[in-house]
Amino acid sequence: MFKHIRFLAAIFLFAATGSAHAGTVNAAIAANFTKVADALAVDFKASTGHDLVPSYGATGALYTQITQGAPFDVFLSADDKRTGTAIKEGFGVDGTEFTYAVGKVVLYSPTIDVTDGAAVLAANSFQHIAIADPKAAPYGAAGMAVLDTLGLAEAVAPKIVTGENITQTLQFVDTGNAELGFVALSQVIGKPATQTWLPPQEDYPAIRQNAVLLKVGEANDAARAFLDFLKSPDAVAVIKAAGYEVE
Amino acid sequence: MLTLAQVWPSISLTASLALVTTVLLLLIGTPIAWWLARTNTRWREPIAALVAMPLVLPPTVIGFYLLIAFGPNGPGGALAALWGARTLAFSFEGLVIGSVLYSLPFMVQPIRVAFEAIGEDPIEAAATLGASRRQTFFRVAIPLARSGLFTGTILTFAHTVGEFGVVLMIGGNIPGKTKVLSILIYDFVEHGEWISAHWLSLGMVIFAFVVVSATMVVDRRFGRLTG
Repeated sequence: MFKHIRFLAAIFLFAATGSAHAGTVNAAIAANFTKVADALAVDFKASTGHDLVPSYGATGALYTQITQGAPFDVFLSADDKRTGTAIKEGFGVDGTEFTYAVGKVVLYSPTIDVTDGAAVLAANSFQHIAIADPKAAPYGAAGMAVLDTLGLAEAVAPKIVTGENITQTLQFVDTGNAELGFVALSQVIGKPATQTWLPPQEDYPAIRQNAVLLKVGEANDAARAFLDFLKSPDAVAVIKAAGYEVE
Repeated sequence: MLTLAQVWPSISLTASLALVTTVLLLLIGTPIAWWLARTNTRWREPIAALVAMPLVLPPTVIGFYLLIAFGPNGPGGALAALWGARTLAFSFEGLVIGSVLYSLPFMVQPIRVAFEAIGEDPIEAAATLGASRRQTFFRVAIPLARSGLFTGTILTFAHTVGEFGVVLMIGGNIPGKTKVLSILIYDFVEHGEWISAHWLSLGMVIFAFVVVSATMVVDRRFGRLTG
């Protein structure tokens, strides 16, 4: 009789530890981090056995979903504001926020030589320039800041087409509907040098992308493991190779 | 707080888009519906299915292919070149084309059903009395199918007002040009301006309720008159 109970207890214990070993992390991830996160998910699985289930979207949209009870364990924002807001409003866990990547905005055009991007913008001889919604997407705000710094915001304004997020913005340019656009370096890494122009960092506020553990994932060991993994040298190398800086 | 100046460009743009789309679809959809109702070819059902496809296809699919077709390498780019533009995307004309495609079944289906409900008898009677095919169409078929025409018109207008996905994909969110009401509401939600989103959404809910009720009431009246 006792033997049986001990046996059952052993099974339960095994099942419990087993599930802790092969956990699942539901992550809300900013759209610009799509490719990297897919690569990181594979490495994360290999090194910890946990599964990363990413949901990509515009940071603003993701945060709205989080405030409405979306089942996300961690939040990888494209900015350093909404993670702080998440903690303040009681959706994030205090003390878990950190910068996982610093994004770089880039002017990209498959058809125009933008080696000297500032000159191309000043010449203003294009019909459409795609920028992500500056109110919802930090790369959009960065693009607008670059135009402001160059004193071109007003001249270019009538030609701006707004992408809902950074992915759609790239789509506008890649389908040729807009000749050029401000996107994330990570989206166009490896393109020929003539197709991209990196504005100087001092022309726009740094795009610090912060991550935070959410209350939903507070008890999820896999979620904490993923945040630790993001800081590991392996992950940092992947993130850097993808076109981000890491502090 | 929401001001009229903030929403008016979107309201008038949405109304113009719905109006132009509805008029164009009345002109395009009615002959298609007539043909579908009268023809005996074996192509009838495949073509009817093609017309009905936008009901089932996600707006993202339509929007994505329109984005490619509208670009400088597609037919849309060639058309846009006529007035010196590179692309049909991000323009009112582009939205009209997208809306006509997307709302096509909402116009064609009700009219086709109404045409089919007429039956052979009135058409043959008109022919016996010496009416030309043209006269038969305008003086017999159209008046008898008016309930279908009305329903199609209302549904098309309302559906275009409520259109979102296709416009999001091809519009580029330009104030006064492609930022329609549904996109404006989406923006408010994205930017955390929920109070404005609530007010506009409430307006849309009331609009939808009025339109659907009106269609039902009129449908019943027509039903009594013709049935």
